[in-house]
Amino acid sequence: MTSKVTNALAYVFLTIAAVLSVFPLVWMIIASTNRSVDVIAGKLTFGGNLAVNYSNLISAQDVWKFFMNSGKYAILTTVLSLLVCSMAGYAFEIFHDKYKDMLFVLILMTMMLPFVALMVPLFQMFSSAKLLNTSLGFLLPSISTPFLIMMFRQSAKSFPVDIIEAARIDGLNEWQIFFRMFVPTMRSTYAAATTITFMNAWNNYLWPKVIMTKSNSQTMPMMISSLTSGYHTDYGMLMLAVLITTLPTAIVFFILQKSFAEGITGAVK
Amino acid sequence: MYAASFQNNSKGLNFPMEHTKNKRMSLQQKQRLTGWIFLLPGVLLILTLSFYPALRALMTSFKTGVGVKMTWCGIDNYLRIFQDKVFLQSIKNCFFYLIIQVPVMLILGLILASLLNNPKLRFKGLYRTAIFLPCATSLVAYAIIFRSLFATDGFINSMLMNLGILENGYNFLSHSFSAKIVIIIALIWRWTGYNMVFYLAGLQNIEYSIYEAAKIDGANLIDIFFKITVPLLKPTILLTVIMSTNGTLQLFDESVNLTNGGPANASITMSHYIFNKAFQGVPNFGYTSAMSFVILIMVAVLALLQMKVGDKRD
Repeated sequence: MTSKVTNALAYVFLTIAAVLSVFPLVWMIIASTNRSVDVIAGKLTFGGNLAVNYSNLISAQDVWKFFMNSGKYAILTTVLSLLVCSMAGYAFEIFHDKYKDMLFVLILMTMMLPFVALMVPLFQMFSSAKLLNTSLGFLLPSISTPFLIMMFRQSAKSFPVDIIEAARIDGLNEWQIFFRMFVPTMRSTYAAATTITFMNAWNNYLWPKVIMTKSNSQTMPMMISSLTSGYHTDYGMLMLAVLITTLPTAIVFFILQKSFAEGITGAVK
Repeated sequence: MYAASFQNNSKGLNFPMEHTKNKRMSLQQKQRLTGWIFLLPGVLLILTLSFYPALRALMTSFKTGVGVKMTWCGIDNYLRIFQDKVFLQSIKNCFFYLIIQVPVMLILGLILASLLNNPKLRFKGLYRTAIFLPCATSLVAYAIIFRSLFATDGFINSMLMNLGILENGYNFLSHSFSAKIVIIIALIWRWTGYNMVFYLAGLQNIEYSIYEAAKIDGANLIDIFFKITVPLLKPTILLTVIMSTNGTLQLFDESVNLTNGGPANASITMSHYIFNKAFQGVPNFGYTSAMSFVILIMVAVLALLQMKVGDKRD
């Protein structure tokens, strides 16, 4: 077999994979502009029904309220999570001693805890603390995650000790070293962490389903899920709702895609 | 470089030099203390919101009853699991997904990553972005997209009918085998690109000249894949295997939104069933806690096994 043939095969394989990966999303976008009957008929071109789908959607559901809820929860979670986890990951590496190393292993072990095991006790704790249907209730369990702490600890390994020593001699305190030196140099790790945390928070479905008992505080994934429960499905409207749910994560993904790959590279090393 | 930018900004938080030099020991202690302060918020949150509830769930799993009137019942809850046909079915389903979906997805991800690692390949960025793109969608969103695509009046059926392969629409989601296959297809679609990114990152640590040397020595692509790529990527592969196993055993969103566990619980996952038991109808938190500990044991045992196999030097 010549290398030209294998090369051609590589392109064919990659092209098929790329098309299959993109197709459901393209189909979603096209469907959101068409009437339900056209979607069912398998129409694959853009239609002129976007405005009608939109007005159907907002009369069926208060979409933007759920959108704002999800946005608020996701942004707050991301900001707090990055701060808390990067400080912890940094400290586990830079200030490590015997006790902190043992604690780190303990924290890594909590990665194995399935969320359904925590769901019921968390629900009981949060309802007695009156945290049901609140932002704080949504975000508290997702602020500190072993995965992010591990990622920041890994990236702190590449932060040169000499620089820290030099900064200490220059009279900087540990907080200044962290916020003015570590944070700016680890931009790609922060970008990767932002992508992961924002997406997880925006997409979170099980936990809000447990604690958001009032419809006022519900999220986008919960809203689109409830749209499918009827007997008859309006595909044009449904796909528009799915599209609106996907947009924020897609935007974050496109802005941070490159740094995400770099950040993962740092973590895998 | 750093010092210059700090001088303007240090708001007198740092104490004078002579002072710190005289008290070297106390400076080290101070650093150790600062370390603990840095750790505190993250560690406290994990201890109170993961560790403590896990212990509480463990205790509850040995109790029975409703609300505050729970009484100890020994291992009754765990024994009940063996009688619960739906939970046993959900275990079978999760392992079916695990055994078929995880290997297919990871091998696909590996092949795609090693193809994209070729420096002479054109349109590399385009291919990578396209294959990674499904990761940008929300789990509920893609579950609904796949549910619509595979519905009786959905796109796949109308295409098959237009091509003359099918006479009438086939209801993929109401047959137990095809419903599971649709979930597997959806999972592969959503997660292959994600794992591929990990492999691409791992491949960057391997010198490409190794591949060129192997080619000159006459190794074929399959040899190169199994004798260079796979062994050198072993730590990354282990990481993705553990992550995917953990994720598959905890599947929830897809089961709820794609098939709603149906038909007749044929595709329901363990988490989905536990959620239904805990929050629909009369809750029995003792029993649901016992079931969730079964998942924990499975995840832990599989992770240990995988690490054992992964660490073996051969």
